[in-house]
Amino acid sequence: MFHPACHLCGRCATFMDMKILVVEDDADAASYLLKGLRESGHVVDHAADGETGLELALSSAYDVAVVDRMLPRRDGLSLISAVRSEGRELPILVLSALGQVDDRVMGLRAGGDDYLTKPYAFTELLARVEALGRRRIAVPTQTVYRVGDLELDRLSHSARRGATEIDLQPREFRLLEYLMRNAGQVVTRTMLLEHVWDYHFDPQTNVIDVHISRLRAKIDKGFDHALLHTVRGAGYMIRDGLR
Amino acid sequence: MTGFGKLIRTTAFRLVITYLLAFVIFAGLLVGYIAWNARRVMEGQLNETIETEINSLAEQYRQGGPRRLAAVIERRARQARGFIYVLTDPRGEMIAGNAVEIATMRDLLPGWHELSYTRSEDQMTERVFAKLRLFVLPNNFRLVVGHDLDDRTRMRQVLRQAMLASVLLALLLGLIGARVISRRVLRPVEDMTDAASRIMAGNLAERLPVRGVGDEFDRLALHLNLMLNRIGELMTGLREVSDNIAHDLRTPLTRIRAASEEALRTARTPEDMKLALERTIEESDGLIKIFNALLMIARAEAGSASGTLGEVEMSEIVADLAEMYEPVAEEAGLSLSLGDNPRAIVWGNRELLGQAVANLIDNAVKYGRPADATSGPAAISISARLVGEGLEVVVADRGEGIPEAERDRVLDRFVRLEKSRALPGSGLGLSLVAAIARLHHGDIRLEDNKPGLRVVFRLPLHTS
Repeated sequence: MFHPACHLCGRCATFMDMKILVVEDDADAASYLLKGLRESGHVVDHAADGETGLELALSSAYDVAVVDRMLPRRDGLSLISAVRSEGRELPILVLSALGQVDDRVMGLRAGGDDYLTKPYAFTELLARVEALGRRRIAVPTQTVYRVGDLELDRLSHSARRGATEIDLQPREFRLLEYLMRNAGQVVTRTMLLEHVWDYHFDPQTNVIDVHISRLRAKIDKGFDHALLHTVRGAGYMIRDGLR
Repeated sequence: MTGFGKLIRTTAFRLVITYLLAFVIFAGLLVGYIAWNARRVMEGQLNETIETEINSLAEQYRQGGPRRLAAVIERRARQARGFIYVLTDPRGEMIAGNAVEIATMRDLLPGWHELSYTRSEDQMTERVFAKLRLFVLPNNFRLVVGHDLDDRTRMRQVLRQAMLASVLLALLLGLIGARVISRRVLRPVEDMTDAASRIMAGNLAERLPVRGVGDEFDRLALHLNLMLNRIGELMTGLREVSDNIAHDLRTPLTRIRAASEEALRTARTPEDMKLALERTIEESDGLIKIFNALLMIARAEAGSASGTLGEVEMSEIVADLAEMYEPVAEEAGLSLSLGDNPRAIVWGNRELLGQAVANLIDNAVKYGRPADATSGPAAISISARLVGEGLEVVVADRGEGIPEAERDRVLDRFVRLEKSRALPGSGLGLSLVAAIARLHHGDIRLEDNKPGLRVVFRLPLHTS
């Protein structure tokens, strides 16, 4: 575990601890989620129905809420609308067994910030929860990202590693930009597909992997240590290998 | 009675009866109005005649006194049928005239009266209703001139009969008409009802009869038949899906189960266990993918997802996906090139359209490797062109292609041609593209690229 509140340095492998609210009625799914999130160093509260969830969400300051769409007493979407109508900017990840295109749109329209379809991989959920929590605190107007000796300038649209200028295609630039904005954090393949390409469908093949390996060839090949790492079973992470 | 009961429950019969009632009421009102008017005119004429007669008789009296008047009255009373003449002296005795009974009515006041009296004429006596006027001459002689109201009564009778007859006739004709019409009109409806109950009884292939005359019933039957066809297709689809699910989901499930069991039995080290669990997760992910694809096809075929339709710039999607797959193709040893890609707006769902194009390119990458070196370069070409009111996105490869006989079949769910079984895939890619095309009112065509496969994904352009 790394020291908390270092979210701006981009060197940390793990993000600062967050306070997370989980609203999920299925006991097994909930205990699995709580265990996983706690093991990752977060403080987690749990509500088993929509009403309790809403009370908790309004009574205490959370960094992120994970809300199941179908809940007893008050359904997930109505909970989110209620939170939003109270003027709370709490980032919310919607969990749902309804995974079709319009379900997703409905979930986001109701005020959710991200949408994840069941069944999901825990690593995917963790990556998204941490990305949501970070988005809340991170300085959005950063124009230059730095990880180790890798530098990306959003204004001049250029990247360099040490003294070497790196020539990137527009898409590669966006890919690197997203990875560096989330430096020290795992980003999954679907997160990349959603944020870099802006598509939410299943690309069937290992499309993302191929793009990553191209990017890796440009930023890591020929340098003494790698910055772009593959996180097995989860996705990718850019960080300074020197720690 | 049951036949009649059935008849009066038919729509046509009720309709005819309603019309009939309206018609009868209308006819009655008309006849009534005519009768009322005729009576008014007749009475007016009668009054005028009596008035004139009195005036002329009063003139006779002025010129020649009672004697002359009496003579004139006697003459007229004999000649004019239907007229009543009575002249009485100041004592009330009748001097001349043809109605003694009226002469004896001493308390009759001057003015207009309608009353009945007994007429005796040619040895016949009858009660007659009459209209008359009593006029008092100078010296208190009283003159009564009147006329029978036979005509009016007769006319009233005639009209009443006419009315009755016409109503009866209308009713009769209406009933016959109702029966004929309900038979003629309802025959096709009854036929349809029969056919429908046979279909409901399980004969799902039967269709409603269409007589070919092109009337409303034919149109109704045609549309209902189209609906039945569509339902039939959906049901067949559903049955296929459940068959396919049974087969293609059970196989990987069996694999997962067997592998887990095997691991439980034989794995000795945590390392082995971990490996087995990882394999299980991998297999489950595959299953989830298949499941999602199936759901997506089902939804697209049901025509839902309409809540998220909007204007979509297809050229962006085509360019995005060509760019997305270019490195994948390169890694597979194929070159991927994007040809013409004109701007084109279609009405649809961006995600689904993206998925469709992705599936097509993905297929080309998987199956686009040439069978032998003589087939030319291993190239995938993607292009789009405007054809009439539509846009055609064409993805062509130089692989082995699909034999013509099998081209329709590969659009079905889970169909994988024998030689592709070794490659990863669910056999749902093209059926999903076909379903997405249908949802967007487009279609998908498989053609020979000589050699290779050329898939044409056609979408109608959006005209705002």
